[in-house]
Amino acid sequence: MTAANSGNQRAPALPNHVSYRIEGLSKVYAGRPVLQIDHLEIRHGEILALVGPSGAGKSTLLRMLNFLEPPSAGRIRFGEFEYHPTSDAPLAVRRQVTTVSQRPVLLNRPVQANVHFGLRLRGQRTASAQVDAALQQVGLAHLARQQARTLSGGEAQRVALARAMVLQPAVLLLDEPTANLDPYNVGLIEQIVRTLNQEQGTTLVLVTHNIFQAHRLAHRVGFMLDGRLVEVADTQTFFEAPTDPRTAAFVRGDMVY
Amino acid sequence: MLSAGEFDSPNFGTGASLIDELWNGLRQAVNLLFNPDSALTEIVALSLRVSGIALLFSTIIGVPVGAALGLWRFLGRKLVVAFMYTGMGFPPVVIGLFVYLMLSRSGPLGQLNSPLIPNLFTPGAMIIAQTIIAFPLVAGFTMAAVMGVDPQLRQQVQSLGATTWQTAWTVITEARIGVIVAVIAGFGGIISEVGAVMLVGGNIEGRTRVLTTAIVLETRKGNFELAIALGLILLGITFVINALMLRLQGRAIDT
Repeated sequence: MTAANSGNQRAPALPNHVSYRIEGLSKVYAGRPVLQIDHLEIRHGEILALVGPSGAGKSTLLRMLNFLEPPSAGRIRFGEFEYHPTSDAPLAVRRQVTTVSQRPVLLNRPVQANVHFGLRLRGQRTASAQVDAALQQVGLAHLARQQARTLSGGEAQRVALARAMVLQPAVLLLDEPTANLDPYNVGLIEQIVRTLNQEQGTTLVLVTHNIFQAHRLAHRVGFMLDGRLVEVADTQTFFEAPTDPRTAAFVRGDMVY
Repeated sequence: MLSAGEFDSPNFGTGASLIDELWNGLRQAVNLLFNPDSALTEIVALSLRVSGIALLFSTIIGVPVGAALGLWRFLGRKLVVAFMYTGMGFPPVVIGLFVYLMLSRSGPLGQLNSPLIPNLFTPGAMIIAQTIIAFPLVAGFTMAAVMGVDPQLRQQVQSLGATTWQTAWTVITEARIGVIVAVIAGFGGIISEVGAVMLVGGNIEGRTRVLTTAIVLETRKGNFELAIALGLILLGITFVINALMLRLQGRAIDT
């Protein structure tokens, strides 16, 4: 996780409108392939939803997009950085991306300390204005001083969103961010995420089981099955005229697995 | 009254019953607590100094070692953990024997004659023995505490841009309550320990006599009031320090 070996990973920069370019990417756990994506481009400033059944490799892909787990083969290009099996992402690259997970684990501290956390990692000791603004964005300014462990599931997830947004990442990865939440919080989080994308231009990759959520939020949708990307298309095409019969079946709600 | 050597056997003799003897001892003990003589304060001070310094050393070494064992998988980790668990249940008197043999004139460390290595029958030797006794307790409970932190936390902290060290530090601070418990366990293990300090310290009046060894001596001499007074003080110290740490724990939960 050091920047020491970044020298030989400098590649020609991607075109401005491309955030990630994935080429021949695969991940193997204990001899078992869990992910194989030949080609995928994630565009700058888009909301890309990845749908598909559990075990399709969606979360594995997100961990690699966050540079927390190197690929077994192939590469992910991100700006001038190239992530391949023997590379460690430099801190400066890693810090442009962050993830909000299905089950947020907050620190056993007040809410505002949790939101401040990522900035403190970056050496910012005081950041009350930014922390307040982020809490405002998720509608939890009134809970700033409360202990994080006293929050409800929906509130905790919004704090997790605030602690990610306060970092103003170029890319925000969302791993089932609204699973297990009540409809009120689902709606709220979708609204926050949409605003973030529209106003800050943050690139969002959303993994979800919920195809309706993908339909509501995404510009493009990809369907993953058994570690493979079956189809990627803009949202309307994906739902109304998918090319792959398996996508069509999944969109209809049929069992494809 | 604290001199070694003279060895009256306790006199439960004729007339006064054991209960009277104890009651009398308790009254005199309380009296002694409020009017301590210099020998008593010396013993208390040395106990606190020896166990305090030993606890400091074992915390400085034990917390990072325990945290590393809890955080990372590396070659030989299981062996180290097995040794540590053995150390947690090791009879202190055997550790005392080991330190005794190491430090004695003909022992491997004693032979070096280095100014850095304390002689036998000094507080320094006692500190070494107690550090060895407390270290596996501190490290073992710290490891358990660190392993008890939600494993998802690490990944989420990393995803927020933490370096390896920042991640480790965050996990340790999340385990802070357990780490405090580890320190309490270490202290409890050494402040009340007799065998090792007796062996390597020698229970020398005015030099290496601590609460536990003094209690043994005074009881055997039949000076029950003094033994009870010392016992009460030992209980009191343990209580106060544990209460203090529990308060810290409470603060760790609240903020």
